[in-house]
Amino acid sequence: MGAGDTLRHSLWIAWKDLLDLWRNRMAMVMLILMPLFMMVMVGYIFPTESALENADVGLANEDDGPLGIAFAQNLTYVSEESGLMSLKDSSGFDDIKQRIRDGELAGGVIIPSNFSSNLESGTQAVVEIVSDQSNPQISLLLQGILTEVIEQMGTWRAIANVSVQLGVNSSEALAIVKPYTVETRGIVPGNPSYFDFVAPGIMAMTVMMSVMTGLPHAISYEKEFGTLDGMMVAPIGRLSIILGKTIAQTSRGLIQGLIVLGLAVAIFGVTIQGNLFLLLFLLILGVFSFVGLGILITSVARDEQTATMAMMTLMFPMMFLSGVFFPIQQMPVFMQYIAWSLPLTYATSALRKVMILGADVQSISTELIILITFGIVLLAVAVPIFKKAMKK
Amino acid sequence: MEEAIVTQNLTKKFKDLVAVDHVNIDVKRGGIFGLLGPNGAGKTTLIRMLCTLLAPTEGTAKVAGYDIIKQDGKVREHIGLVSEKMIMYDRLTAVENLKLFGKLYNLPKDTLEKRTYKLLKLVHMEKWAKSQIGTYSTGMKQRINIIRALLSVPDVLFMDEPTLGLDPQSTTEIREFIKRINIENETSIILTTHMMVEADMLCDRVGIIDRGKIVALDTPRSLKRIIGGEDVASVDIEIPNLTNEMLEALRDQPTIVSVVRENETHLLIRAKGEDAFDDIIDTIRSRNGRIAFVKSLEPSLEDVFLHITGREMRAEVSSKVKSFQGGGRHGPPALSRRVR
Ligand SMILES: Nc1ncnc2c1ncn2[C@@H]1O[C@H](COP(=O)(O)OP(=O)(O)O)[C@@H](O)[C@H]1O
Ligand SMILES: [Mg+2]
Repeated sequence: MGAGDTLRHSLWIAWKDLLDLWRNRMAMVMLILMPLFMMVMVGYIFPTESALENADVGLANEDDGPLGIAFAQNLTYVSEESGLMSLKDSSGFDDIKQRIRDGELAGGVIIPSNFSSNLESGTQAVVEIVSDQSNPQISLLLQGILTEVIEQMGTWRAIANVSVQLGVNSSEALAIVKPYTVETRGIVPGNPSYFDFVAPGIMAMTVMMSVMTGLPHAISYEKEFGTLDGMMVAPIGRLSIILGKTIAQTSRGLIQGLIVLGLAVAIFGVTIQGNLFLLLFLLILGVFSFVGLGILITSVARDEQTATMAMMTLMFPMMFLSGVFFPIQQMPVFMQYIAWSLPLTYATSALRKVMILGADVQSISTELIILITFGIVLLAVAVPIFKKAMKK
Repeated sequence: MEEAIVTQNLTKKFKDLVAVDHVNIDVKRGGIFGLLGPNGAGKTTLIRMLCTLLAPTEGTAKVAGYDIIKQDGKVREHIGLVSEKMIMYDRLTAVENLKLFGKLYNLPKDTLEKRTYKLLKLVHMEKWAKSQIGTYSTGMKQRINIIRALLSVPDVLFMDEPTLGLDPQSTTEIREFIKRINIENETSIILTTHMMVEADMLCDRVGIIDRGKIVALDTPRSLKRIIGGEDVASVDIEIPNLTNEMLEALRDQPTIVSVVRENETHLLIRAKGEDAFDDIIDTIRSRNGRIAFVKSLEPSLEDVFLHITGREMRAEVSSKVKSFQGGGRHGPPALSRRVR
């Protein structure tokens, strides 16, 4: 049996699977809905700054002096302009505490009674931020925003003081007060967003999840149903069966991956810097890198249900450990070791480089080599086990 | 090469269960060989080993002259399988199903088309050629399932319970079809069945398999002679006003070997000796029994199975008969399940 025969047989098997899928209306609907849900989910559940739009924040001014009132007015002005917060009058810490508990407020700001006197006497004045520990995400964002606003106000005040005392203009005063500042510059044009970061990973994940759950299903189902015998008893290579099934599942996965990509570009404004074909090639290589795992699980699992369950159990940690949602560098060291042993990690990383940074084949050669190695090793283990298991 | 199949101590164990136990059979070319046995006897397991779908635990076999272990690829080129579960895809049409398998057997395009058309015509399914299999009845599906296995014109055709679950008309047609392909294509056929009539009708040789072992192997005629020699007569009799008392009286007749109550009014009686028929009729008439129907039965393979294994083949009959277990009659304990 030559390579030509093996490929031809596998293409016919893939043709059958895809024709079957095409005529299965329910499966087609799910095929389109899955990546849609995935994108919408990832696009909207993650906290972004817009999540803090008009958060209710209590403001308690305990200071009677003019500076306290001026500060409060400034804060109100800034929050109204930015639309980030909506300030509510409050009587003090206890009131804010109660209203955070009641869910009325997301946090609070307290101007202490000695605010004006401290400032006037040349001592540093303190502004207190009350945070809601039960909601660390919001509380963190709130702290960040408040800190920035308050610091900004402090800077303005310092500039005013400096320019009056030294008789310089405000930009000279700024250079004295804040001699350093930071400006960010990316290596490709545009501002990076969280979405640019996750989109390649989501795409890799969708394609791989589709294939990894689809493959054990496709094989085990036919085995249970008895139709696999038709292929097993035909004079074709066992590899044709594996290959045919993989081609069909990969096509299915790629359709889903492309839906993800389309949505990312159309709705979430992700831009593709690299070559689209390189992108597709990487997705296919990603599938190849652990198709062996799917075959292995199919071989050892007794029935379809067990196979699907086993695959799901493996997929889940992979999803979170392979740097799809957060950078691997943020993980504890031992988790990083696990992450670097997963093929999805390399696929995601390479895809990200191509998609966001416009990398070419050379810059991702390490990832390519690792993915190919993963694929060959896993298949070399899986195929003989598959052959044996099918004859049990 | 004369034999279509030769097995050597072919054995399959599933953990502790010996599903097929040192089977030695040989099947001549061009014949129809029947593998007959109750559910769970090991028929399917044996067929699957011969088709290279299952690895034997022990022993081996030659199919179409090739070893099923060492030359499994060669074996596959020469066999066709009609398995217990239909090998077809519901969302594909008959033509598409046949096309897929034709391609897997490397049939050239025009050969494939010609054969597809010819086979569809042979089973009267041309009209349905372009309909999805999912819309078919079971009988129609089985026709396609069978011609699918014939597409490659196999030397040896395996058929695992080819008429199981079919309506009577399809059953008859498929049995005739099996005979026809055996004659026209000179295809050697191995079929399994748990129906005695089927083996009786179709096969020139029958192997009776029970608990993984071949317990008898011969022509249906010779097999029937095993018990026919004892001068046993079987009678199928219908008594509309059948009573339990009548049943007991029949069982007490010394000439009567066994009485099986098939249903409310129907009895299957086996009896020995010259006076057997007289005894049966007299016993019934003397108790005012009306005889609506009588048929003398040739000893069937069913009787052969019972004779050899001491057990009834059809599980559902024995459970029906159980409720009539009345007086303590003679006979081996294994028989009592059915005969009482
Ligand atoms: N894959 C398997 N694993 C375990 N036991 C099996 C398997 N296949 C069949 N058996 C058992 O082997 C015996 C023979 O089964 P089978 O060959 O299907 O019988 P038949 O076809 O004559 O009804 C049965 O007891 C069945 O439960
Ligand atoms: Mg069976």
